[in-house]
Amino acid sequence: MRSAVIVFPGSNCDRDMAVALSKVSGKATEMVWHKESHLPSRLDLIAIPGGFSFGDFLRCGAIAARAPIMRAVVEFAAGGGYVLGVCNGFQVMIEAGLLPGALMRNQSLKFICKPVSLEVGTVDSPYTQGYSKDQILSLPVAHHDGNYIADHETLSRLEDGDRVAFRYTENPNGSQGNIAGILSENRRCLGMMPHPERAIEKEHGNRDGQLLFTSLAKNVMAAV
Amino acid sequence: MKARVTVTLRNGVLDPQGQAIQHALGSLGFEGVENVRQGKVIEFDIDAASDDEARGTVKDMCEKLLANTVIETYSVEILH
Repeated sequence: MRSAVIVFPGSNCDRDMAVALSKVSGKATEMVWHKESHLPSRLDLIAIPGGFSFGDFLRCGAIAARAPIMRAVVEFAAGGGYVLGVCNGFQVMIEAGLLPGALMRNQSLKFICKPVSLEVGTVDSPYTQGYSKDQILSLPVAHHDGNYIADHETLSRLEDGDRVAFRYTENPNGSQGNIAGILSENRRCLGMMPHPERAIEKEHGNRDGQLLFTSLAKNVMAAV
Repeated sequence: MKARVTVTLRNGVLDPQGQAIQHALGSLGFEGVENVRQGKVIEFDIDAASDDEARGTVKDMCEKLLANTVIETYSVEILH
């Protein structure tokens, strides 16, 4: 699996993401600066990392979503490429129109930084195939704006299409339908607020995020 | 000319920041305050041949960047 991580000013989980991806793929992960207009060739996966791109100015992810590289990322996704966005990366994907809905300020108005318990919403995706349906995971969250909101029509499209990848078992931020992560229609793009890349080694406290990366790598290699 | 864009959350979208402000106003003794909504104002100078042209350009900016129309609405004023 050949992967790249997009880096914006203010990204701060880019290296953690690269470590996770390199570990499962056994290959170096390319770091791509937001000002580039072209992606490295023959990529399988693009990851958009967590952080505070452009200082969260205007709206979280809004400025990053209009950075030059994002045009190439949107094209890559339209061509069937895999795109994973975590935390700020999820916000960027939504702002770029890769995923529907919006992420608002947490209902409590507090920045939430803690491990949360999640339920696997679907195993029908390259990211979640390794888990079992309804399996409970613990992954860390660290965000101020993770309150997922969408109109009724969008929500039923997500639910009917089995596109909710993860749900909170105890809703920390007010998200509709306890949504923590959603898939694109072709199931190859995943955006999620919790951080799987922060739970892949014993030293992280738990390894519940590791399966996401290994099933993704297995899927990508099978699809090639 | 000068443009002023006001962005607020759509009706029906819960505004926790507005609610917090409302509570604070209440605890300061301001009574009868309801439906507080927080938004933002973006002002800038713009070169355009007419007010209508400026308004059209600014609306385009709102749709493409300044507002997230999934949860926000906007209004545009052209000032001199």
